[in-house]
Amino acid sequence: MKCRVCREKAVIQVRRHNANFCRPHFIDHVRRQVERTIADYRMIRPGDRLLLGVSGGKDSLALWDILTELGYRVDGVYLHLGIGDYSSDSLRLSQAFAAERDLHLRVVDLPEEYGFSVPEAARASRRNACSACGLSKRYILNRVAVDGGYDTLVMGHNLDDEAATLFSNVLQWNLEYLARQHPVLPASDGLAKKIKPLIRVAERETAAYAVLSGIEYEVEECPMVAGNTINRYKEWLNRLEEESPGIKAQFLKGFLDRGSKAFRDGTAPELVPCETCGSPTTGKVCAFCRLRDATAVDLRRRESA
Amino acid sequence: MKVILRQPRREIELEGVRRVSDLLRRLDVVAESVLVIRGDELLTVDEPLAEDDVVELRPVISGGGS
Repeated sequence: MKCRVCREKAVIQVRRHNANFCRPHFIDHVRRQVERTIADYRMIRPGDRLLLGVSGGKDSLALWDILTELGYRVDGVYLHLGIGDYSSDSLRLSQAFAAERDLHLRVVDLPEEYGFSVPEAARASRRNACSACGLSKRYILNRVAVDGGYDTLVMGHNLDDEAATLFSNVLQWNLEYLARQHPVLPASDGLAKKIKPLIRVAERETAAYAVLSGIEYEVEECPMVAGNTINRYKEWLNRLEEESPGIKAQFLKGFLDRGSKAFRDGTAPELVPCETCGSPTTGKVCAFCRLRDATAVDLRRRESA
Repeated sequence: MKVILRQPRREIELEGVRRVSDLLRRLDVVAESVLVIRGDELLTVDEPLAEDDVVELRPVISGGGS
């Protein structure tokens, strides 16, 4: 296979674009996809203070590299989830990435600062681990962004993440989640603006970008994720993609261009401050404070047993 | 040839694999879900493979989600 741009030997095939690329032209292609996404959705205004959620995985580290190369100054926030070697490895990789490039990475330790780990929260609540983890990440990253005076929280969700989430929300007709699924969520009371500049880049492409750019990332999977439904949907969508290149991007783009508006009209719930922490919530006490309280009760019960 | 699999990391030996596309078919893996890596290069599906090659089949699906 030959590179579409220079006719040198290709290192990656991107079937949905009917194109093959050599290393430098692939890197350039990915950066341009992100640049276009930022422009099309008016994600970033000049002078915005940007905070990126960093996990040590391929997506967040590739995005940090891309945004930096595009000329943005971006700080990172890493949330230590208390998941054994997996957490310490991904923290080490995130810190090494930031140090090499002289970037600022803020580390929040969930067990130290909030008194529980993700495995403990999963055990104490009726949520599965990924749900307790996602809730904690959304809550804490937003807190760090708002308290730190950042204009925008940047997330590394890629095309596959968004397509699989959309697939899941459609299967369950979860209208509230469908209404909120958008690459730009504007700031509102207590919530930082949130953007997802990688939505046009497939998961395989962010991994290839990381490998081809010499970015060392966490390759092993989180030990809590086994059997996760979203990951199973991703595998199925990839089998469809193999038959019909471009189907994942069409599914997501069609929703964002034509479907999403219908779900956004009139379904936004009213937000009020949480009675415990003041963060916006639809109930009296927010889901994170309920998770933290339930986990604290469970930990005390186990200690006294 | 030696094939390195991940999540968790382990190694298997395969014989008579002539191209990357054969390797994926033998292991029932879709190209969209993995990177095939030899040394520091990424391989496309048409790339010929040799008996003494060491290739890594690196899954790209990650994240989970609620």
